Amino acid sequence: MRRSILRGALAVLFALAVSAGAARASGIVDIKSAGGVTAWLIEDHSLPLIALQFSFDGGAALDPPGQEGRAGLVMDLLDEGAGELDSHAYKTRLEDLSIRLEFEASYDAVGGAMRTLSANADAAFDLVHLALTSPRFDPVAIERVKTQVASELRQDAEAPRVIANRIWWHTAFPDHPYGRRSAGSQRSIAKLGAADLRRFVTERFARDKLTIGVVGDITPERLQALLDRTFGSLPVQAAKAVVADTAAFAEGALLVVNMPIPQSVVAFGERGIKRDDPDWYVALVMNEILAGNGLTSRLTAEIREKRGLAYGVGAGLSPLRHAGILYGSVATRNDRVGDVLEILRSEWRRFRDDGPTPAELEAARTYLIGSFPLGLDTTSRLAALLVSLQVEGLGMDYVERRAAALAAVTIDDVRRVAKRLLDPDRLRIVIVGAPQGLVGATEMAADGE
Amino acid sequence: MRVLVSLLIGLVLISAAPASAKQFDADSFMLANGLRVVVVPFHRAPAVTQMLWYKVGAYDDPPGKSGIAHFLEHLMFRGTKETPPGEFSRIVSQNGGRENASTSPDYTVFFQTVAADRLELVMKLEAERMHDLLITEDQVTPEREVIIEERRTRVDNVPAALLGEQRDAVLFLNSHYRLPAIGWLNEMRGLGADDARRFYATWYAPNNAVLVIVGDVDLERVRSLAETYYGPIPSRPVPAHEALAEPAKVAATRLEMTSGHVASPQWSRSYLAPGYTQAGGTLADALTVLAEILGGGESARLYRSLVIEKKLAVSAGAGYGPYRGAGSFSLYAEPKDGVSVADIDAATMAEIRRLLTEGITAAEVDPIKKRLQASALYSRDSLSGVARIIGASLVTGRSLEDVEAWPERIGAVTPEEIMAAARQVLKDDAGVTAVLLPEKRS
Repeated sequence: MRRSILRGALAVLFALAVSAGAARASGIVDIKSAGGVTAWLIEDHSLPLIALQFSFDGGAALDPPGQEGRAGLVMDLLDEGAGELDSHAYKTRLEDLSIRLEFEASYDAVGGAMRTLSANADAAFDLVHLALTSPRFDPVAIERVKTQVASELRQDAEAPRVIANRIWWHTAFPDHPYGRRSAGSQRSIAKLGAADLRRFVTERFARDKLTIGVVGDITPERLQALLDRTFGSLPVQAAKAVVADTAAFAEGALLVVNMPIPQSVVAFGERGIKRDDPDWYVALVMNEILAGNGLTSRLTAEIREKRGLAYGVGAGLSPLRHAGILYGSVATRNDRVGDVLEILRSEWRRFRDDGPTPAELEAARTYLIGSFPLGLDTTSRLAALLVSLQVEGLGMDYVERRAAALAAVTIDDVRRVAKRLLDPDRLRIVIVGAPQGLVGATEMAADGE
Repeated sequence: MRVLVSLLIGLVLISAAPASAKQFDADSFMLANGLRVVVVPFHRAPAVTQMLWYKVGAYDDPPGKSGIAHFLEHLMFRGTKETPPGEFSRIVSQNGGRENASTSPDYTVFFQTVAADRLELVMKLEAERMHDLLITEDQVTPEREVIIEERRTRVDNVPAALLGEQRDAVLFLNSHYRLPAIGWLNEMRGLGADDARRFYATWYAPNNAVLVIVGDVDLERVRSLAETYYGPIPSRPVPAHEALAEPAKVAATRLEMTSGHVASPQWSRSYLAPGYTQAGGTLADALTVLAEILGGGESARLYRSLVIEKKLAVSAGAGYGPYRGAGSFSLYAEPKDGVSVADIDAATMAEIRRLLTEGITAAEVDPIKKRLQASALYSRDSLSGVARIIGASLVTGRSLEDVEAWPERIGAVTPEEIMAAARQVLKDDAGVTAVLLPEKRS
């Protein structure tokens, strides 16, 4: 068992004197059950609640061609009946015991988040066990959920923000699973059947792909027993599956989907940086100064505060397993889209050429260091952090190391990384709306054709 | 000593049902200038949330000036006599803090979450803009464009939001709850510095506010900081909210909107319902349980009947939205492809008739009450969640005792009270039906 004092780490970040022996959330513990299931745990008895987060490596990017949306449909159906319990019985049991359970699929992983009153922990973990090991996939439930997914896909096809996002990814990754919708298409969803969903469960829910984080009112001993009961019977190894790394796209683009709405929605971005890149923390600082989501970034200052051209503008690093992206969005009145794009490009260029000021650097570092633990104020967010620390191999002392790495970022670092990452000519920009007076834009249909 | 007490409380909570006598165990005091302060110590992490709630919102927008309460909320970030424009957010951010604000019909709230040792800093800043705000033309002009873009993002680009705005204007016949908090676009264009100054001078005063502090603090420290920074701000006479009661609604109304940007029809029916202050709380609690019975999840009546059994809808639900002086109770559903809105309407109303004729049993109500009580416990997991529940309650006419006893009161709601509430609100001849339809395409 390794230990690291999270509370202590938080306190360092907050620049507080650590009060020794404080009876608060005590630290991360590496748990291994008798059956060999591992998890990271933060024991915290301040409320009678437990949060469990778990993740299986391998997600929607593994959906076979023609079966796009498979991972998402499986995860949507896991709480629609398992073992002896049909959909209604399963959901009634969750609701009667106030257990909150959600499953989800991303490109690179599938997993779940469960919260329960600690008094109901046994039942809650058992329901997770049932869902993972004996989901029913009853035909009536499959039909219902497919109808719901199809309805969401139809709604999304009319939503400007979703269209802009989808076309951005689709054109940025034309030959990679990241360019496909993880929710699938009407056609691919319609074709999926129980056998396809079962195959996913058999192939993907395995111990070698599993990562677990638990936070809250539970002792290591009790958790060990529950880990075996919940995950112990899963197969040891998942089926082999590979997603290719993808060469970052390099070309800029200006694409427009015409839609008669009062405000144009703009998605923009270019290649970014992967999580394991040595420049990761420098890129975080760079993005915070240029395009962070608070009221203090350069884009917000120029577009919102000075000119009132948008309610919100911002970008962020999106570190996927096989590609890194710098992606942002803004929405503005149709007759000012050109102005907003000009500001966007010129701020991109100014940052690449001149870098940040010392004051901007200092402010961004302090914000990124100080605000991080403030975002970890719930048991479920902490549990999610425990999973990502393990998946990304970041270690139990991450909170401290992250602060140290950010504090060490210099102006020269940011200048260097800005030159590496920022290129206004490489910006891929997708506009959905009725923009006026745009030059050099390529028109597209809403379905990306 | 404090450690021991909290341990004991912890044990009680674990062994008993989550309905403890006082759900937050908040302390409260009032400054001489009338500022109410509520403190909830929670020591899991060295962080603290400050939320300052003003008892003024879009309900109080003067005629022709819809959106001014929200506009002023934005201008509160644009500088005081001591702190230049943009500096407030810069200081909070440089100290690692997170901040935001929002405006509802009943209140305007500003909040920051910071490391516990930065509480003094954000208190100083928040107190400063309570009385020293500078509203200048060069700040007002771009910010007016910002709120208009916000309106376009939230409402004009979103057909369902546009229809919802029109529905509220019909549902509330008399009170200002009929006005959108963000404002009507034509009136927003005319909002100016003088309007904002007048609104600020009228309503922003310590005696019209509630300060909620949750986190790694103790009562005495908060008291001393509050005295130092908020204490010197003089109290001022603040007008009463215009008391406009809703008349009896006697005509069922149907709104229909067709849009080129919706894929599937959406149906809802809304009823005028009591707000917090009209019903003495009991009715509001009964309606909260009723909304959960009808629409609180996938085992609730409407989802079960329309989605699972009759297979007419892809989603269905219900919700109770109480304000201080009035509220709404809504039923909603989205038909499956090929199912008509009329069929959805009929199936939903069949469920309502079944409720009104057959009633409900304690066996159905009890687990739902337990679930609501558990949700109170879950809300304690986040600092801002606690601050939000307490603040929103205190500025909409409820007392701290009401808030603390909420789980108990929910536990005491009887099937008879729920049925009485249902009969009072769900009246066939007074619903407002709102239907959103996709444009027919050739």
